[in-house]
Amino acid sequence: MSVKLNTRQVGDVSVLDVAGRITLGEGSSAMRDALRDMVSKGQKKILLNLGEVSYIDSSGIGELVSGFTTVANLGGQLKLLGLNKRVKDLLQITKLYTVFEVHDDEASAIRSFS
Amino acid sequence: METNKGEVGSIDQFMDSTLESVDAAEAWVLEAAEKAGVHEDDLHKIGMAVRECMVNAVVHGNRYNAHKKVHVTVNATAERFTIKIADQGEGFDLSDLPDPLAEENLLRHSGRGIFLIQAFMDDLEIRRLVPSGTEVTLVKNLGSS
Repeated sequence: MSVKLNTRQVGDVSVLDVAGRITLGEGSSAMRDALRDMVSKGQKKILLNLGEVSYIDSSGIGELVSGFTTVANLGGQLKLLGLNKRVKDLLQITKLYTVFEVHDDEASAIRSFS
Repeated sequence: METNKGEVGSIDQFMDSTLESVDAAEAWVLEAAEKAGVHEDDLHKIGMAVRECMVNAVVHGNRYNAHKKVHVTVNATAERFTIKIADQGEGFDLSDLPDPLAEENLLRHSGRGIFLIQAFMDDLEIRRLVPSGTEVTLVKNLGSS
């Protein structure tokens, strides 16, 4: 499987740990389904942990953006955690680095929601 | 795959219009690029550009049509690494693509593929084929960072 997903709760923040490749097909659709599931359960504080993501393509970027706008439109927040250099570069090239709130440390990311 | 070790290597493959072909083309091209002595950072850029280009060919060009193929060729010289990816679709006009960096497009779900290819490669050429199809040429100058 190209991507592995795990959801956990830290206080009132829902964390989605993503590992592997987020690319068109299984990877991006699995992440989309996981985010939709969280939103459908009414979770509005979502931290997307991309620390173990090795690769992301334009389809994966599209899913990040869709997740961000869906949660924002419902009055919630979706933030990113643990981007590696290549993912960070990709978000900078596409001017999305300033759109997302990005954290390097989980504890401070969790605190930022309150 | 037909790849010669050394200064010059080549690949010439007709591939099915499937997502599996996207993965296969990325792997083949990266293997050829590694043999051609492409640096690791550039390997990543070439891999991403090939993936985006293959997705365009399979999804938007050939629309997963089982009767249409994607033609992938690779040529490496001491100076440059060149990949050509041709589909049999209806084609598109580069000038019709919205700017993904424009404020109003930043939060669009799609439309970043060609932009990323341009960002990662040194040269990009798009040519309409007769009677149908689009050929995209991607070039990475070897020795450039």
